[in-house]
Amino acid sequence: MKAFRPLALALATLFAAGAAQADITIGVVLPLTGPGNGLGIPVNNYVKLWPTSIAGEKLNVIVLDDASDPTKGVQNAKKLVTEDKVDLLVGSAVTPVAIAMAGVAAEAQTVQLMMSPANLPAGRDTWSFRLPQSNAVMAHALIEHMKKKGIKQIGFLGYTDAYGEGWLNDFKAESAKLGGPQIVAVERFARPDTSVTAQALKLVAANPPAILVVASGSGAAMPHKGLIERGYKGTIYQTHAAASRDLMRIGGKDVEGSFVVSGPAVAPEQLPDSHPSKKLALDFVQKYEKAYGAGSRNQFGAHGYDAVIVLEKVVPVALKAGKPGTQAFRTALRDAIENMGRTVLSQGVVTYSKDNHWGFTTETGVILKVVKGEWDVEN
Amino acid sequence: MDFSIASILTLDGVTNGAIYALLALATVLVFAITRVIFIAQGEFVAYGAITLAMLQNGNPVGSFWQRHGDLPGTVWLLLVVALIAVVVDGVRGSRRGLSSSQLLVDAAKTLAVPVLVFAVAWFAGPRGWPLWAQSLFTLAVVTPLGPLVYRLAYEPVADASVLVLLIVSVGVHFALTGLGLVFFGAEGFRNPSFWDERFQIGAMTVSGQAIIIFIASIALMAALFVFFELTLRGKALRATAVNRLGARLMGISTSGAGKLTLGLAAFMGALSGLLIGPTTTVFYDSGFLIGLKGFVAAIFGGLASYPAAVLGALFVGVLESFGSFWASAFKEVIVFTVIIPVLLWRSFLHGHDDEE
Repeated sequence: MKAFRPLALALATLFAAGAAQADITIGVVLPLTGPGNGLGIPVNNYVKLWPTSIAGEKLNVIVLDDASDPTKGVQNAKKLVTEDKVDLLVGSAVTPVAIAMAGVAAEAQTVQLMMSPANLPAGRDTWSFRLPQSNAVMAHALIEHMKKKGIKQIGFLGYTDAYGEGWLNDFKAESAKLGGPQIVAVERFARPDTSVTAQALKLVAANPPAILVVASGSGAAMPHKGLIERGYKGTIYQTHAAASRDLMRIGGKDVEGSFVVSGPAVAPEQLPDSHPSKKLALDFVQKYEKAYGAGSRNQFGAHGYDAVIVLEKVVPVALKAGKPGTQAFRTALRDAIENMGRTVLSQGVVTYSKDNHWGFTTETGVILKVVKGEWDVEN
Repeated sequence: MDFSIASILTLDGVTNGAIYALLALATVLVFAITRVIFIAQGEFVAYGAITLAMLQNGNPVGSFWQRHGDLPGTVWLLLVVALIAVVVDGVRGSRRGLSSSQLLVDAAKTLAVPVLVFAVAWFAGPRGWPLWAQSLFTLAVVTPLGPLVYRLAYEPVADASVLVLLIVSVGVHFALTGLGLVFFGAEGFRNPSFWDERFQIGAMTVSGQAIIIFIASIALMAALFVFFELTLRGKALRATAVNRLGARLMGISTSGAGKLTLGLAAFMGALSGLLIGPTTTVFYDSGFLIGLKGFVAAIFGGLASYPAAVLGALFVGVLESFGSFWASAFKEVIVFTVIIPVLLWRSFLHGHDDEE
């Protein structure tokens, strides 16, 4: 073993020297294992398809696994900023880890592109930008759709965690702003629950014309089925965390006719040609499915795609301020993102500014209807 | 709240309670015979439900084992765990100076069932057996995991204190959950219903699945009664439960009793998984909370009384159902708070006479 050490050292120095040239170093931290791996793996899939250079500078990408654990995420981020001197942090795809990493990004004054819609207190996200859509932006699309259908009251059935709570607050605020439907009944359930019979009974008794189910991935089907089994006949809405094929796989015929809000990248073929994201979303789907098989497209792979669009726009600007690897370059990178103006991504349109690191405008949300086990875009 | 709502809630609670009852019985059983507080009971529920789901529709995208044929992850898991057990046995046996033929016989005994299961899965996987046959096969896949878990985790420390065994249990729980993620992936599964019929009784709709849950739970309880009262094996287990040393002096193998008990526990867990699979989405880590409620129910019986555990389970189910109706955000709080007065009452009742 001892003989290996000098060799490893030599190799490490060699690589370090390689990185010290003008390459742009990007540190990616994603949940490749642990309960969040369903979100991290698709992002990583697209990271593998990233171009090798941007604006003539070679890209040097380091991917680390945070195991869906905030502590591990912070360790990884610290290692990336101190040892690898990354110019940019990407990740994580799960909210608690992304929030923990934001602290490191701020301390090291390095831009972080979050792959999760993480809420941070004011002033704590100076160096962090979100690529996924905020709940408020998605709620906007839902409320507009509900208003069009003449729905004045809705029931709420959501997780007893940060996702459910965040949606409830954002929906209430947006609805008040837009004059949308009122929430008349609020019921909660936990992810491992085996039945929502009691909650469904109460909601059906209140009998609002529509119910919003706030749950994610394959977990979104159980409450939906629970409502149908208790004889609910109204319209059921789902959030963008449910916009995956798992909803149909598990929900079967019970989810037919319900509405799901999502980013444009899930069903770009059906978007009207006037939709700003149509071309990019199609390009994403084509590239992703060529590498990972038909039907493999998803919300999170598209965030990986969008990261490249942002970088291609801001790196040339930042290069004027300094060489990669310097603080001047990192600061210029942040300023360039804040000043890049209206930018079309595969997941919608973003306009970041100094006070708004959420980016997405209200043109983003697309309402999908489940028809015969397929997505059907509502226009 | 009127009568019809109360009856619907009660039915829902009792249906869930019937499943908690199976798990509570398994917990009491394992504790009585091996003194192990078996926290990982719920994992077998998830294993059972997901194994059947994988037999039904193959592995999902994202599961590591998708690239390795269409076998359910549990089949691989069983094989891997059995191989580890063979290696451990081999090392210990050769240290003890067993002859190589004896070692080979031991290895063959350990591997026989997993290899058979693997072969059947290989044969049956792509053939799309009917649901009932796949369900029986699922039981055959998950049940042998129980004895292997006992062999690897508990047998080396079988005579340690209850506290040590409890700590081992926590480790086993985390190991099984982690393995579940590796072998099943992070996505959830839902199984097709065994019986799609619905019956209208007043305001209540009784689903065929609920009836199957009741029938299966009652049948299993009856089978356990017969096993413990009428068979020699069952009586040997009871003897072990009453007095380990005495049983050993009478020629009963306590290690064999432990393996048999964990086999029974795994069987009951997998059966609960099959029963609960069609009513909810099961994730690789869903078992823990379900098992925990079975455990709470077992506490009602002081980890000793089977009838009290069953009553406790029904109580937990109904409490949970009404709790989620009145205050859905505090449902779990309500269920787990109830255990505190029970624990207090139990400890006042018994004082300090039980040394451990």
